[in-house]
Amino acid sequence: MENIESRSYSIRKIKEQLFLGITFCAAILAVIPLFAVIFYILWRGFSSLNFAFFTQLPAPVGESRSGMANAIVGSMIIVGLGTLLSLPVGIFSGIWLAEWGKGKTGFLVRFVVDVMSGFPTIVFGIFSYILFVLTMRRFSALAGGFALALIMLPYITRTTEEMVKMVPQTLRESALALGLPEWKVLLFVVLRTAWNGVFTGIMLAVARAAGETAPLLFTAFNNNYWNFRLDQPMASMTVQIYNYAISPFADWNRMAWAGSLVLVFFILLITIVVRSFSKRVSYG
Amino acid sequence: MDKVKIRVNHLNAWFSGKQVLKEINMEIVENKVTAIIGPSGCGKSTLVRCLNRIHETVPGARVRGEVWLDGENILEPRVDPVIIRRKVGMVFQKPTPFPTMSIYDNVTAGLKLNGVRNKQYLDEVVENSLRQAALWEEVKDMLDKPGVSLSGGQQQRLCIARALAVKPEVLLLDEPCSALDPISTGKIEELISDLKKGLTIVIVTHNMQQAARIADFTGFLLLGELIEFDTTKKIFTAPADKRTEDYITGRFG
Amino acid sequence: MIKGDTIFRKISFVLALSIPLLFCGLFFVVLWESRLALKTFGFSFFFRSAWDPIKGDYGVLPFIYGTFVSSLLALVIAVPLGLGCAIYLAEVTTTKFKEWLATMVDLLAAVPSVVYGLWGIFVLGPIFGFSLMNAGVLLAIMILPTITSVSREVLQAVPESLRESARALGATRWETVRLAVLPPAASGIIGAIILGLGRAMGETMAVTMVIGNRPEISLNLFAPAYSLSAVIANEFAEAVSDLNYSVMVEVGLTLLFLSLVVNGLARFLVWKTSSQGRIQ
Repeated sequence: MENIESRSYSIRKIKEQLFLGITFCAAILAVIPLFAVIFYILWRGFSSLNFAFFTQLPAPVGESRSGMANAIVGSMIIVGLGTLLSLPVGIFSGIWLAEWGKGKTGFLVRFVVDVMSGFPTIVFGIFSYILFVLTMRRFSALAGGFALALIMLPYITRTTEEMVKMVPQTLRESALALGLPEWKVLLFVVLRTAWNGVFTGIMLAVARAAGETAPLLFTAFNNNYWNFRLDQPMASMTVQIYNYAISPFADWNRMAWAGSLVLVFFILLITIVVRSFSKRVSYG
Repeated sequence: MDKVKIRVNHLNAWFSGKQVLKEINMEIVENKVTAIIGPSGCGKSTLVRCLNRIHETVPGARVRGEVWLDGENILEPRVDPVIIRRKVGMVFQKPTPFPTMSIYDNVTAGLKLNGVRNKQYLDEVVENSLRQAALWEEVKDMLDKPGVSLSGGQQQRLCIARALAVKPEVLLLDEPCSALDPISTGKIEELISDLKKGLTIVIVTHNMQQAARIADFTGFLLLGELIEFDTTKKIFTAPADKRTEDYITGRFG
Repeated sequence: MIKGDTIFRKISFVLALSIPLLFCGLFFVVLWESRLALKTFGFSFFFRSAWDPIKGDYGVLPFIYGTFVSSLLALVIAVPLGLGCAIYLAEVTTTKFKEWLATMVDLLAAVPSVVYGLWGIFVLGPIFGFSLMNAGVLLAIMILPTITSVSREVLQAVPESLRESARALGATRWETVRLAVLPPAASGIIGAIILGLGRAMGETMAVTMVIGNRPEISLNLFAPAYSLSAVIANEFAEAVSDLNYSVMVEVGLTLLFLSLVVNGLARFLVWKTSSQGRIQ
């Protein structure tokens, strides 16, 4: 009797150790790629980064004073445009869902929002192409901004809804009891209280949009010169990195690494800052 | 002759089909403190929430009857609840300072959101309201600190100041001290006695001693019915109804 | 001002409704612009292997093959790792290490696709060439955060009482997981896996940069291939004819449809088991 029990117990112990070991290894292995990618970018990127990168326009192969200045500015403009377009729709939709979205329409909107957040983003590029590029007969920053807005919209809507829902009922009642109309309470008390969390959602959406390439490929297209007009093609960091990465020229490949370093740095910065910021959200 | 500020006529209320108030008839006298007492769940909060129409913000709420404020039935649909709520203010059980705002901003919230901009006027209102709420001395040097940085008792007084800033004629208090310590409770009871000179006050409380201390009139509510309503002295020394007597003497509730 | 409230509510409603309207608009527009290709090729479009813009002959089977095989490869690698990691985070660690680890995995998701592609060209390229294998490995890295975080949510949604009952019987941690945690979480985990599949199928830039861009079906995983999203990225802007353009839009429609089916299925499965019912 005892022998069988102690033998099966040792087998169980072995299995337990195996389990702990295997899952630990899986966890470590899952994280290794992050370090592999980041370190490689740091290594390759740093050696290619110089002042010219931030101030010069793209130059033909071989010229040393080449940069991605217009792409940096272009990304900011296009992402800014996307934010501008998606912000009002996202926030108002989020508020509507939180306050009045309990029925069938609410279910429909939420379902679409969830589904849209998983779409291949290149499809939004196609949509924007048909709506804007074909009708305007040219590539434009506006088309790029629209495509990015579609990508950002689900995140902003969902975050707004969740944060607004978290505001306690007693807070709303206190504001209503002061003799304020409901819409003022929603905009100036409830939304203001939820703003920390909502802002987090917006920044995360911005970080995501900043890293998108596919939807810009045939909407904002690219531009090797300075351009601030929204109805003209505009350079962006992601598209420029892509072009440089797939080119056969080592000089241009180096530019791609430099660009990746700068882009990843900013996206990770936003992501980390925003996450630590959002951990302090609470409503007492 | 005492003037009647609020007259409640045949008030009935339901929440999701369940009847919570039954045929309430009551008169609230101007510039006096009226307390509503009764065991938990008897409908005290609901009654008071009908007086500024906050009850209707809860889905599934239904009301029948009349509430006359200065000759106007505020329950009529064409009456704008927003206007009523400026005349009839309310302080809730749990202190709810607006989290993102400073003490100063909390007090002025009701005014600013109604378009009042005059800085001098706002400063005056802040000081007056905080004095009336017995909070001025404690916070006058830290008006720009967040409202949530105050203690529980201070936060509740801040909410009172906030409600007073819009200069209501009636102030409803829904168990304002039940979340507070005895010292804060004492401070608030004191200021209520001062406030009633310019305001009509209705206070819901589950603390009978509190009602006995500060109220001029008391109403006893049981299972949605107003069993008895009279001067506080009469209710507590010679109640007319046996149920009132049982409650006062602690036999239930 | 009851009127102000009505206006606000109406505006919010209209804006909220605009989202499903945009969605329908997208579908309709993409469907409409594919009509030439749909008329010309019909269903054979999806089952033929052909890609000649000059002659005007198109069949997307190689792309469907590439999309699926690269995604499945990615799953084969990412599921054991992601699931193992999720189980580790949800069931094994309890310390600060857990927070740090979870954050690291989530940061993986923040790296842009094009940067992964660049890395794939220069780091995976020398090892795997430009092939399905390269794309599969790269995709595995990219979908790891999705699989890990969704699986973790599903595991954490299993009530603590179930775990405690198993432990009270004297079960080891592995046995607890096997008997009390995994069975109720099973359909949610399958949902997480399918979600990862959906993400892999929709990935564009990283795949385009390492898959080799050759529209051929080959059983050799180290041979170059092509995917639905990659061909759009490469050839959409250079369509040589109306038919070419319409075909490209139809490829997008295919991608859209596949993504809808896969994501819809995944979310349904996760929704059934996750406590919040909504996924990140």
